[in-house]
Amino acid sequence: MPELGRSALVVALGLAVYATFAGALAARRRKRRLAVSAQNALLAAFAATAVAAAVLVAALVRRDLSFVYVAQHISRELPLRYAITAFWGGQEGSLLLWLLVLTGLGAAAVAFGRRAGPDVIAWTVPVLGGVATFFALLVVAIESPFATQAAPPEGAGMTPSLQNPYMIAHPPMLYLGYVGLAIPWAFAMGALLARRADERWIVATRRWTLLAWAFLGVGQLLGAKWAYEEVGWGGYYAWDPVENAALMPWLAATAYLHSVMIQEKRGMLRVWNVVLVTLAFGLSLFGTFLTRSGVVNSIHAFAQGPIGVWFVGFIALVVAFSLYLLFTRLPLLRSRTRLESLVSREATFLYNNLLLVAFCLTILWGVLFPILSEAVRGETRTIGPGYYSFFLKSFGLPLLLLMGIGPLIAWRRASVKALGRTFLWPLAAAVAAGVVLLALGAGSSPLGLSAYTFCAFVLGSIALEFARGTRARRALGASSWRGAFAQLVAHNRRRYGGYVVHAAVVLLVIGVVGSSLFQTVREQSLRPGETMTAGDYTLVYRKLERRQAANAEQERAVLGVSRGGRDLGTIRSGKNLYPVEQQASNEVAIRSDPLTGEDLFVIADQIDTDGTVYFKVFVKPLVNLVWVAGLVFVLGALVAMWPDPREARRLATRAARPPAHARA
Amino acid sequence: MSTLALLLGAGLAVLCVLWVASPFVREPDAADDTLAAPEERRLALLEERDRVLAALKQLEFDHRTGTVSDDDYRATVGALRRQAADAIRALDALDAPPAETRRQEAVNVR
Repeated sequence: MPELGRSALVVALGLAVYATFAGALAARRRKRRLAVSAQNALLAAFAATAVAAAVLVAALVRRDLSFVYVAQHISRELPLRYAITAFWGGQEGSLLLWLLVLTGLGAAAVAFGRRAGPDVIAWTVPVLGGVATFFALLVVAIESPFATQAAPPEGAGMTPSLQNPYMIAHPPMLYLGYVGLAIPWAFAMGALLARRADERWIVATRRWTLLAWAFLGVGQLLGAKWAYEEVGWGGYYAWDPVENAALMPWLAATAYLHSVMIQEKRGMLRVWNVVLVTLAFGLSLFGTFLTRSGVVNSIHAFAQGPIGVWFVGFIALVVAFSLYLLFTRLPLLRSRTRLESLVSREATFLYNNLLLVAFCLTILWGVLFPILSEAVRGETRTIGPGYYSFFLKSFGLPLLLLMGIGPLIAWRRASVKALGRTFLWPLAAAVAAGVVLLALGAGSSPLGLSAYTFCAFVLGSIALEFARGTRARRALGASSWRGAFAQLVAHNRRRYGGYVVHAAVVLLVIGVVGSSLFQTVREQSLRPGETMTAGDYTLVYRKLERRQAANAEQERAVLGVSRGGRDLGTIRSGKNLYPVEQQASNEVAIRSDPLTGEDLFVIADQIDTDGTVYFKVFVKPLVNLVWVAGLVFVLGALVAMWPDPREARRLATRAARPPAHARA
Repeated sequence: MSTLALLLGAGLAVLCVLWVASPFVREPDAADDTLAAPEERRLALLEERDRVLAALKQLEFDHRTGTVSDDDYRATVGALRRQAADAIRALDALDAPPAETRRQEAVNVR
């Protein structure tokens, strides 16, 4: 039923246009019913988009190859779960997903965002409507997922590397993150349009921002896990522009989540916070543009493609609109308070912000430079991992250190005496860790040793915060230590959830440093029966197996693994050949050690007809902590997002109507 | 199939229009059609009061845990208490009935 899909998208476009113009009119003339009507239009646009999405999913499930989109992205043999994931596998489908998530999140944020106040909400609706109009226009007029043709006998199939379980969750999570960042931006713009400099837009979007940031973070980790297991090059992050596209808005949103606390606690950084939400949303649009326009692979695709110019125009419009509002509302946003001391919690947040934004902008330059170079000078330039690694070290290590310093310093000011006392234990933990690691041979990488020492400092600082807080709660009358701990977290979920997220970052750093700076790599060509070693492992290449699966021919080299004379079983590494797609993929063998977090990672890089295989073997210490970090990150984000009834009551009294005589 | 699809599309459009028009259908002659907006001064004072009270609470807790030394605590707490008192006083003044109303209430009580 492509006609139903097309009609539903036209209806969604009409509703988005109505939400924009009627919403703006209602906000300007302060018309209550018209404002509610515009809000309803946003919700109705979600319903209409959901109908269109259902039509596309149904076509994918039925393998209806009369839909051009379906024929281009799946084959009849493709397993059902991957046929469904083709919904976001192509450009038209992913734009439809953008619209679906945007209208859904937008309608929900407006419906549940009463704390922002009717005046701010009234202006937020047309802003969200404007963004929805752009995406609806793209899927209606430029890249329709409902184009039809005479059904071919077979579809083009799906790129083999996308036929992976992580691809079921990774793209939707990233999209929820990208699109979710539209919510705080729209509310910020709504507040500026309403000429309101108060914190209502921040309070109303706090959880939406955390949610988008958490989805973006988890989506990236799932993408890294997919790259590690499926792409088969021996790593999980390659500083690819599309990977960077997701990292940049996450960094900007991380900076915002920290700086917004300064606004809430001290009433400062109002302008900066608007800049950061704009940067985060602008970068999420830029990320979608990079992923979808083809500009990364070839500058000519950008020039010829129908979508690139539209995206560039829209990003320019968003930036110009945000800057116009920011400059015209500057007098409203001026802070009345100042930083009291450069040694204070808010100062460390400020340093953290500068480092995060600087890192974000250096990545942006690394992504933009090859595009601009090709566009302006016609030269193909690439920015290699060395560039990014340099800035990761330059900005990442101080950031890591600040994660440990921040919690130990009080708000407003801290004397040297207080600092000496609070820094003692974390510093002792860092020195002890450094000495032990040096004794264990970690001095082979001074950078790795520094990173691990900093990690120990941060973990020491987090543990100290929890320990001292729990002790203080116990002294305040908690009946047990467990109760005191629960009270501590419950009374300040964002603070302690944030510490759990910091612990996740430390685990991530430990995993990344271990698996990159302390990894062992061996490459060797083996015939059946021959042996090679990598680190403590001995691998015996036993035989080559061939098997026909549902949609691929599989070749696997069977390897016996032992360590220190102890047999650890067999692993299989090889390739899949996909006849429909005419492509091959590396299917790596990974043997994880749950106790040490180490992986033995084997790539059968080249398989000859005589059975000789060229193996690449990696021993990656602590790499599994990268994935454990993801779980801890989710836990921390959930703690930080969990509703706090005490805060809800406090905000309710703030939103309560004043006495009648005060209103008169 | 295409006729059915078009009919379904038209049905969807009608439902959406009805939903969008519902505020006007439900209240054709609304007595008050003006968007409410909070009073700016009051909101600013409420935010200031909450911010300072939260800062005081945080300071007390950080002092108890040892993050804030006795000297830093003494240097900060006084100013915060004054700010909190100022915000609460200003709010009370804003919410207090005007003199004429207070006089009238007193007469009524008598």
